[in-house]
Amino acid sequence: MRVAVIELAYLAAGAAFIVALKWLSSPRTARRGNLVGASGMLVAVVATLLHQEIVRYEYILAGLVVGSAVGAVAARRAPMTAMPQMVALFNGVGGGASMLVAWAEYVALRGGQAGADVLVSVMVTTVVGAVTLSGSVMAFGKLQELVPGRPITYPLQQAGNLVLLLAILLLAAFLVARTATTGPQPAPFYLMLGLALVLGTAFILPVGGADMPVLIALLNAFSGLAAAGAGFVLHNHVLIVSGALVGSSGVLLTQIMCWAMNRSVGNVLFGAFGATAQATGAAAGRVAQPIQADEAATLLAYARRVVIVPGYGLAVSRAQNEVRDLMTALEARGVQVSFAIHPVAGRMPGHMNVLLAEADIPYDRLVDMEEINPELERTDVAVVLGANDVVNPAARSDPTSPLYGMPIIDADRAAHVIVIKRSLSPGFAGVDNELFYMAKTRMFFADGREALVRILQALKTV
Amino acid sequence: MAELLFALNIFILATFVGFEVISKVPRLLHTPLMSGSNAISGISVIGAILIAGEVGDPLRTVLGVLAVTLAMINVVGGFMVTDRMLEMFRQPPRGGGPRPPA
Repeated sequence: MRVAVIELAYLAAGAAFIVALKWLSSPRTARRGNLVGASGMLVAVVATLLHQEIVRYEYILAGLVVGSAVGAVAARRAPMTAMPQMVALFNGVGGGASMLVAWAEYVALRGGQAGADVLVSVMVTTVVGAVTLSGSVMAFGKLQELVPGRPITYPLQQAGNLVLLLAILLLAAFLVARTATTGPQPAPFYLMLGLALVLGTAFILPVGGADMPVLIALLNAFSGLAAAGAGFVLHNHVLIVSGALVGSSGVLLTQIMCWAMNRSVGNVLFGAFGATAQATGAAAGRVAQPIQADEAATLLAYARRVVIVPGYGLAVSRAQNEVRDLMTALEARGVQVSFAIHPVAGRMPGHMNVLLAEADIPYDRLVDMEEINPELERTDVAVVLGANDVVNPAARSDPTSPLYGMPIIDADRAAHVIVIKRSLSPGFAGVDNELFYMAKTRMFFADGREALVRILQALKTV
Repeated sequence: MAELLFALNIFILATFVGFEVISKVPRLLHTPLMSGSNAISGISVIGAILIAGEVGDPLRTVLGVLAVTLAMINVVGGFMVTDRMLEMFRQPPRGGGPRPPA
């Protein structure tokens, strides 16, 4: 009877997660969807606590309380600009939990009793969970700038990673065969676990900052797969269902991100894109024209239509409130203002949307790339704020550019372009940007926030 | 073996359901969808609870308690941070579209 109640609760939780994902993908219902997901989780946890196998509750409660407290404080305290690293870290601990579950199951196996299916599931879950954990910690380090964000490469890197992967697979195969007959093999198991942790770190190293959206979505998929793997180990269907749901959403987001850059997942992970700065002669002999705050303010104040193109630089300089003030000031003068959002702008999928929403910018002003591009011909001023590669016209016109084929925001088609940037340095892809040297372009050399403050000041006197 | 095939069936079907329900997600919701689904991956907490509640191998207890803690960070942190983001997405009462010049 009790078992039936628990199983029914798990069924309800699985259904709740499906509804949660469904509702999370529509703006009107998203918040409710998240609550449904949380309720499903609560039901699953409470039902599990009813389990007859549980002999003592102290340790469980300690874990539940400490984990919830840490999670709650982290979720409350983290600034919106730190969301990418926050999401990375949450991915990591989720993968880590699945890894620990598989590990605990492994040490309890008895020789002669463990079936091959369970053993294979244990190995897969341990490895995927470990890669998710260490990979996410590494991604966190890069996003938090504890580790350089640029691609880190060294000789024989990919060959080394391949050898690591092969060693892990061989160890796993050995463990499956040997454990089935003679019981757990601690030394090779810990070696496999250790190598998987190393692999997780090593495969993130050559992935650069601007490719982070792909990476975070991929780690999200991994954390789902690890949870599903734990379900195979424990023969628990709600784990399998939930893990599969998360895995598919992670894979889908990974694909969307890759399409938005016109690159494959393989190229992102193994390409060390942007490792070599090839900003060479392209800019030779050309001069970018600077602009001062008062000229910029005049240009903006007398425009009819202004499109702002935000990028990672906006997040770095934490200028989301200043950009909202600029929008408000311009709208008060009757200027129509919209924001052009590139799908991979920032460091995680949807980064710009979250950042601008935090500053109370209504989301109907945020326009997707495909919709804003035809409008740019009729735009008086495009303001490029901390973005670079996503507005590089070479992506459209220069087949030799590494960016060629990537869909971009056509800022260069506006009548005037103001680029707010600290220097002329190339973007992440290491490619010079034609846009900076066009006759219609003016460069405002400053940190994003400082530039906006100065333009806002100047606007008062226009 | 039958058990494994049944589990694989469930896995495959759930994957398709996942693709189906979120295939039309607008870009606006990419981050909340990711962090919300991320919180769901903390479901391994239920496996961890059973392990942490046993009396026996102390190593298993340590691993179980650690897993409960990590999974709960994932679950509580994930759902709360998603809610915080979605709260910001409420349409401010300023109404849609730019206002005409005064």
